[in-house]
Amino acid sequence: MSRYRAIALLPVMAALSGCNLVVLNPAGDVASQQGDLVVISTLLMLLIIVPVMALTVLFAWRYRQSNNTARYEPDWDHSTQLELVIWAAPLLIIICLGAITWVTTHKLDPYRPLDRIAADKPVPAGAKPLDVQVVALDWKWLFVYPEYGIASVNEMAAPVDRQIRFSLTASTVMNSFYVPALAGMIYTMPGMETKLHAVINEPGTYKGFSSNYSGAGFSHMRFAFLGLSNQDFDGWVSKVKTAGGSLDRNAYLALEKPSEAVPVQHFGTVDPKLFNAVVNMCVRPGTMCMSDMAAIDRAGGLNAGGKAAADAILRANTLAGFPDTQATGLCTVAEAVEAAANSGAVQRPTVTPISASASPAGPQRLANP
Amino acid sequence: MLETLTTFLFGRLSLESFPYHEPIVVATFFAVLLGGIALVAALSYFKLWGYLWKEWFTTVDHKRIGIMYMILGLIMLLRGFADAIMMRAQQAIAFNGSEGYLNSHHFDQVFTAHGVIMIFFVAMPFVTGLMNYVVPLQIGARDVSFPFLNNFSFWMTVGGAVLIMASLFIGEFARTGWLAYPPLSGLEASPDVGVDYYIWALQVAGVGTTLSGINLICTIVKMRAPGMTMMKMPVFTWTSLCTNVLIVASFPILTAVLVLLSLDRYAGTHFFTNDMGGNPMMYVNLIWIWGHPEVYILILPCFGIFSEVTSTFTGKKLFGYTSMVYATVVITILSYLVWLHHFFTMGSGASVNSFFGITTMIISIPTGAKIFNWLFTMYRGRIRFELPMMWTIAFMLTFVLGGMTGVLLAVPPADFVLHNSLFLIAHFHNVIIGGVLFGLFAGIYYWWPKAFGFRLDPFWGKMSFWFWVIGFYFAFMPLYVLGLMGVTRRLRVFEDPSLQIWFQIAAFGAVLIALGIGSFLIQIAVSILKRKQLVDVTGDPWEGRTLEWATSSPPPDYNFAFTPVIHDNDAWWDMKKRGYARPLEGFRPIHMPSNTGTGIILAGLSTALGFGLIWHIWWLAALSFIGLLAVAINHTFNYNRDFHIPVDEVVATESERTRLLSGQV
Repeated sequence: MSRYRAIALLPVMAALSGCNLVVLNPAGDVASQQGDLVVISTLLMLLIIVPVMALTVLFAWRYRQSNNTARYEPDWDHSTQLELVIWAAPLLIIICLGAITWVTTHKLDPYRPLDRIAADKPVPAGAKPLDVQVVALDWKWLFVYPEYGIASVNEMAAPVDRQIRFSLTASTVMNSFYVPALAGMIYTMPGMETKLHAVINEPGTYKGFSSNYSGAGFSHMRFAFLGLSNQDFDGWVSKVKTAGGSLDRNAYLALEKPSEAVPVQHFGTVDPKLFNAVVNMCVRPGTMCMSDMAAIDRAGGLNAGGKAAADAILRANTLAGFPDTQATGLCTVAEAVEAAANSGAVQRPTVTPISASASPAGPQRLANP
Repeated sequence: MLETLTTFLFGRLSLESFPYHEPIVVATFFAVLLGGIALVAALSYFKLWGYLWKEWFTTVDHKRIGIMYMILGLIMLLRGFADAIMMRAQQAIAFNGSEGYLNSHHFDQVFTAHGVIMIFFVAMPFVTGLMNYVVPLQIGARDVSFPFLNNFSFWMTVGGAVLIMASLFIGEFARTGWLAYPPLSGLEASPDVGVDYYIWALQVAGVGTTLSGINLICTIVKMRAPGMTMMKMPVFTWTSLCTNVLIVASFPILTAVLVLLSLDRYAGTHFFTNDMGGNPMMYVNLIWIWGHPEVYILILPCFGIFSEVTSTFTGKKLFGYTSMVYATVVITILSYLVWLHHFFTMGSGASVNSFFGITTMIISIPTGAKIFNWLFTMYRGRIRFELPMMWTIAFMLTFVLGGMTGVLLAVPPADFVLHNSLFLIAHFHNVIIGGVLFGLFAGIYYWWPKAFGFRLDPFWGKMSFWFWVIGFYFAFMPLYVLGLMGVTRRLRVFEDPSLQIWFQIAAFGAVLIALGIGSFLIQIAVSILKRKQLVDVTGDPWEGRTLEWATSSPPPDYNFAFTPVIHDNDAWWDMKKRGYARPLEGFRPIHMPSNTGTGIILAGLSTALGFGLIWHIWWLAALSFIGLLAVAINHTFNYNRDFHIPVDEVVATESERTRLLSGQV
C-alpha cells in the first residue's frame, strides 16, 4: 500500500472499516496506480476545498445580521489583489493536476503495454503476455485463450504477475469490461476492437462484470476473475482442455443467443479465427466480413479495381465454406467454385492492393489513425 | 381484411399495448384517473374552464407563461421522484437472491424515465420558467421579444411531457438509459415503441426549448431599458443570456442526432448501426456535444440566482461583478470543449483523453472564482438568513464537494475506475441537486412574493429545507462509498450482501427527500391559506437591488407604467438611494400583445403527430402534419395581434398601488 493511500485512508478507514473499497485497495498493479491517482487528486483538491468550506461557514456565522460587532461595508465590491488570488489559486491547483493528468493518462493508457508488473518489478525481458480475447455477449462473457486454444464463459483465469493483453469486442450492443481489482474498465463494442493491458498481483477470486447497461440481462452479467499461481493456472488450462466441448462457429452462434445468469462453461478447443470473425461481424455463414467490405470500398468500390478485389474476396469466402448468398450480384456461387477449381486456392487470399485491411486485427483503435 | 383495417387505424397499437398485467402501473393509472376526474369535475363545477383558457392557456404574458412552466416542472418532479424512490426501494431489497419487486422490463424503463424526466421536464421547465418570469422584469421590459412564440414554446414543452406520461399507460418507455445509446436504442435491440416515445417526446419539447432560447436572447439583447449597457445587466440576466446562447447552439445538435437515430429506426439507414458503415460512437459523440452544454444550461441560471440572492441578503453589492460576468462567459465557451470526458473509456488515445481531461479541469477555475466571489460578497455583509440565503449556503457547501468529485472524474485514469459507477451517480446528483435544484429553490423562495404578492410560509419552508439537505447527504454519500466499492450503475439485483446497508441508507435519504417535497407542497398550500398574513404590498419584501423589485407584486400586465432609466447595475438599489419618486401622473396607453390559442393548438397537433409516428398510425401523422401547416399558415393571416391598455385602466391600476403603498388598505 502506497503512503498516499495510507495517509488519506486513515480517517476514512475508521468510518468504513469492514467494507471493501476495492477501487482504492485493488490486487492488480494498474488498478492500484489508478486508485492512488484518485487519492492524490482528491488530496490536491482538498487544499482548496477545505479552506473554501471553512470560510463559508465562518463568514456565514461572523456576518450574520444579529452580530452588530462585525464590520459592514455595503459598497465594498472590488479588490484587485483578492481577484488575483481567487483566480490564481484554482489555476495553480489545476496546473499541478493537469500535469499529473497528462503524465498518468499516457502512462496508464490501456492500449499501452505494461512496463512494470508491480511497483518495483519491471516486466521481465522477453516475457510473453497472456493474450485473452473477450466477447461481451447478451448477457454473458466469453473469454478465448488463443495461446492455449481454449475458451470459457463467465469465468476467466490468469496467472499472477504475468501481463495480460486483452482484445475486446461485443456481439450486439455496447458493454464495458470491468474487474475493479485488476484494472480500469474499457468499453466493448460490436464491430470494433478495444485493448487493455493489465496484471494481477495477488492470487484470489475477484468480481468482474459489465459496467455499461446493455439490456434486460445486464444485472446478471457477471463473471469470476481467478488470479492463480502459475501452477494453478496450468491446472485450470488443462481442466478446461479436458472438459471437452468445441467452440466452432455454430457453437458460437448458439451461445450468442440472449440468455441470462449463465453458469460457467468451458470449451476445450476453439476455432482460431473465431474472434476475428466476431469483430468483423461475419460469424454467420453468408455474411461478408466488415474488413472485406472495407477492403472493397478502399479498392474503389464496384469500379474496375474494386470489382476484382470483391470477386477475390467473395470467392475466398465461398471456399471457406460460406457461400455468400446475399452478394450473388457480384459473383455467383457457381462462378466462385469454378474460379476456385481453376486456381486451386483454399485459403483466404491476401488481396495485394489492400493487404493492410486483411490483417487479422480488423478495425484498429479509434483515435490514432 | 379486418387485420389490415385495424393496422391502418391503430398502427402498432393493440390491446396488448396497455400494461394491464402490471399491477403497479394499473394502480397508478387508477390513481391518476381518479385525480384527473376530480380535477376536471372541480374545474367544471367552479366554471373555471373559460377563465383558464382565456387568462392562462392562451396568454402571451411572460409572467403567466413563467408560472405555467413552474407548475409543469413541479408536476413532472413528482413523477420523476416517484421513479427515483421506486429505484431506491428496488435496490435496497434486491439482495440474497431476491429479485426485488420490479422486473427488468419495468426497472429499466424506470431509470430511463427518471433521467429523461428530471433533466428535460423538471430542471429545464423550472429554469426556463424562472428566466421567463424574471428576465423581462429585470431589464425593464414589458414582455419578451416574441410573446406568441413564448406561448408556443411552452406548449411544445408540455407536448413532450404529455408523450412521456402517455408512455406510462400506453405501450412502454425506452429501456436504454437516458441518452439512448445505439446499438441498444437501434431497431434490432429495441424494436418496440419505447425509444420512439423517447425520440418524439424530446423532439417536440426540443422545438419549444430552442425557440424559447432564441426568444430570450432577442429579449435580452434588444429590449433592455435605456441606460442598461451589457455591463450593467443584473447577473441573473447575464447567466440567462449565456444559457440561452448555449441552448440555441446545442439543442439543434440534439435535434439532428435524434433525426439520424429516427432515420435508422424508420427509414432503414445506417448512421449508428453496427454494420453497413454505421458507427454508434458517432452518436455518443454527438449526443454529448449537446449533453455537456446542457449541464451548463441548467447550472448557469442557478449561478445567477445565487448571485442575486447573496447580494440581496447580505445587503451588499456583488463582489467582483466583472469577474463574475467573465467567468460566466468563459464557462459558456469552455462547455463546448469537454464532451469527450463522458466516455474516456471508449478507447480514444491518451493524448485525446488528456486534452479533454484538462479542458474539463480548466472549467473549475472560473467556477471556483464564482464561489470566491459569493464568499467575498458575504464578507463584511449583514447576512439575513431567509430561506433563499439558507439554500445558497447549503449550495456553497454541497456544490464544492460535487465540483471536486467532478474534477476527479476528469482525470482519465481515475475515470477508468470510477466511470459508470455509483460514484459517478453520486457526483452528478451532487452538482445537479446541490447546484441546480438548491438554486431553483432559492429562486422560487426569492421570487415567489414578486409573482403572487405574499411570501411563502417560513416554518414549512425550513422543514422542507432541512429534509432536503439532510436527505440529500443520506441519499448520495452512500453512493460515493458504493462507487469506491466498485458497484456500477443501473443494476437491478445484487449478489454481495455487504452492499445492502449502503443502499438502505440511500433509500432512507430518499424518504427524507420525499418529506422535503411533501413539506414544500404543504408550504404552498399553507401559504395560500395564510396569504393575508404573509402579504407584501411594497413589491420589495427583501430590500431588493434589481429592477423587478421596483414594480408591484404581482406586477401589472404591463410590468412598468413607464420604462425606467438605468444608471447603475443595482438599478433599483441606486434608484432607492437617490430618492426615486414613483410617477403618479402623465400615464399613456400601453401597447401590448394579444392572447392567442394558436400555440396550444399547434402543440396539440405536434403531440398527435408524435403519437402517430410512435405507433405507426400513418393517417394520424399525416393529418396532424397537414393540420400543423394549415394552422401555422392561417395564423400568419391573424392581424388581431395587439391592443392598447387604455389610460384609464393604467391610471386605475397605478392608483390602487399608490393606495396600497401609503398603507390605506
